Amino acid sequence: MSILTTSVGRSARSPLSPGDAAGLLLYRNFLAYRRAWYIFVSGFLEPVLYLFSIGVGVGQLVTGFEFNGETIPYADFVAPGMLAASAMNGTIMDATFNFFFKLKYNKLFDQMLATPLTTMDIARGELTWSLLRGGLYSAGFLVVMLAMGLVGSWWALLVVPAALLIGLAFGGVCMALTTFMRSWQDFEYITLATLPMFLFSATFFPVTAFPVVLRWVVELTPLYRGVVLCRELTTGALSWGSAVSVVYLVAMGLVGLLVVRRRLDKLLLT
Amino acid sequence: MADTDSMILAQGLRKSFGDFEAVKGIDVDVRRGEAFGFLGPNGAGKSSTMRMIAAVSPVSAGVLRILGLDPATDGPEIRARIGVCPQEDTLDTELTVRDNLYVYGRYFGLPRKEVRQRVDELLEFVQLTEKASAMVEDLSGGMKRRLTIARSLVNRPEVLLLDEPTTGLDPQARHVVWDRLFRLKQQGVTLVLTTHYMDEAEQLTDRLVVMDKGLIVAEGSPLSLIAEHSTREVAELRFGVAEIGNSHEAIAGKVADLAERVEVLPDRLLLYTADGEETIAQVHERGLEPVATLVRRSTLEDVFLRLTGRTLVD
Repeated sequence: MSILTTSVGRSARSPLSPGDAAGLLLYRNFLAYRRAWYIFVSGFLEPVLYLFSIGVGVGQLVTGFEFNGETIPYADFVAPGMLAASAMNGTIMDATFNFFFKLKYNKLFDQMLATPLTTMDIARGELTWSLLRGGLYSAGFLVVMLAMGLVGSWWALLVVPAALLIGLAFGGVCMALTTFMRSWQDFEYITLATLPMFLFSATFFPVTAFPVVLRWVVELTPLYRGVVLCRELTTGALSWGSAVSVVYLVAMGLVGLLVVRRRLDKLLLT
Repeated sequence: MADTDSMILAQGLRKSFGDFEAVKGIDVDVRRGEAFGFLGPNGAGKSSTMRMIAAVSPVSAGVLRILGLDPATDGPEIRARIGVCPQEDTLDTELTVRDNLYVYGRYFGLPRKEVRQRVDELLEFVQLTEKASAMVEDLSGGMKRRLTIARSLVNRPEVLLLDEPTTGLDPQARHVVWDRLFRLKQQGVTLVLTTHYMDEAEQLTDRLVVMDKGLIVAEGSPLSLIAEHSTREVAELRFGVAEIGNSHEAIAGKVADLAERVEVLPDRLLLYTADGEETIAQVHERGLEPVATLVRRSTLEDVFLRLTGRTLVD
């Protein structure tokens, strides 16, 4: 994770440390959203409603699935999937629309670059903010899961950091893609990618339902890695696959972060 | 750089965007406490130069030192010590007036208490104290400009860069901005501004360069530039509807020897001369009857148009 702590292109005499810089960006976003807290509510509610509708409702008709050798009730199966999806959706909201607005319309980054802040500071700070939003949704969702008795292991406490990893991965890549967007319409491409992931990444039914080839494809998608990681944690069935998921998500996030910085250099430091 | 009074030093400074060369090798030396102006039509390379000085635009070729530092390696430190008032307001539209200043001050790594105190002072300085809790979107153009200027001062900069500080403002708002900038100059802040308003350059700058098509075409104080590139006075003559054989061009031929230079405009003739009244008297002596005359002092605008031409530039 050295990329998150070392300074790239930073003068030794800069008055800000990378941590200070990220903190200031978070503070700025906090101030901006303080008046609009209600927009957080819909993002939180969505996966909860899915849980009730499909996990509990459809769950009446489904006996349960086998997961890592154990049969678990359907709601227990769906809940960690929704938790992972809420981390993805929460993060993407800030990493796409809000990031685009700041980049193109609010000219926020132009003003930041007139100060000692660097493009790397901006990339890190914005990514941290967006993954925290996803993390907040996930933490809220975990409380709902606890209240409904859907948590089977103390490992479940680790789903919050796992959700942050999902945020890191999706936030990094979506911010990177957003730097290439020309208009609001272009964001349809992101929806086009995330909606199938939401529906088919072993969120509502096990990946074994797919033919072998398709199954491989699904297992390579980032949300699948996130869903499985969360499910392993909430059911307490950890495996080496969990470590693979962690490495996968971290790598995806860091690649995204580096692309974001390079793109900001290209777009803003002309 | 041993020379500590050189705030900005450029030698053979160039900026290209692909095949297009916006700045084609300029030399500039801005001294401490000076008010320095970049004058020029749109597309002259002023803003490109300013962005390089602000350490947000890599230098394509040549030498550039700001406060003795190289923007390629010391960008954050340079930016910590200068103030930037960009051409378009880049205010944070999602924050209030006060938060705009506060958050921006914090970007410089200044302590909270210190920033809070400076914010109050700056709001007072630009007469926005009563608007402190307003959202930026609700401000008028002049107020936004003042807020941008206040923001550029939050780190107590040694050099203040102003890119067209009063473009788009009404006369009242312009005068308020000029007044504030003049006070800053008196406090010893080095000002570097671009403008295409001649009165602004004459009012505010000690020294300026005129840029055209990426090059510096003249340099000096407003007065010395007028002395060098224009005459002391200009006599403006307006004739009646031009008759055949009596067009403005034809008349210009008849009075060419009375002035150092005669310029023909669609509606009038400009005679550049040391003594305007005397010249007009001579025009009358030749039997020419202008319907209106005006004698005025030469301005920087005459210099500017002389050097960069009257053709419209976009």
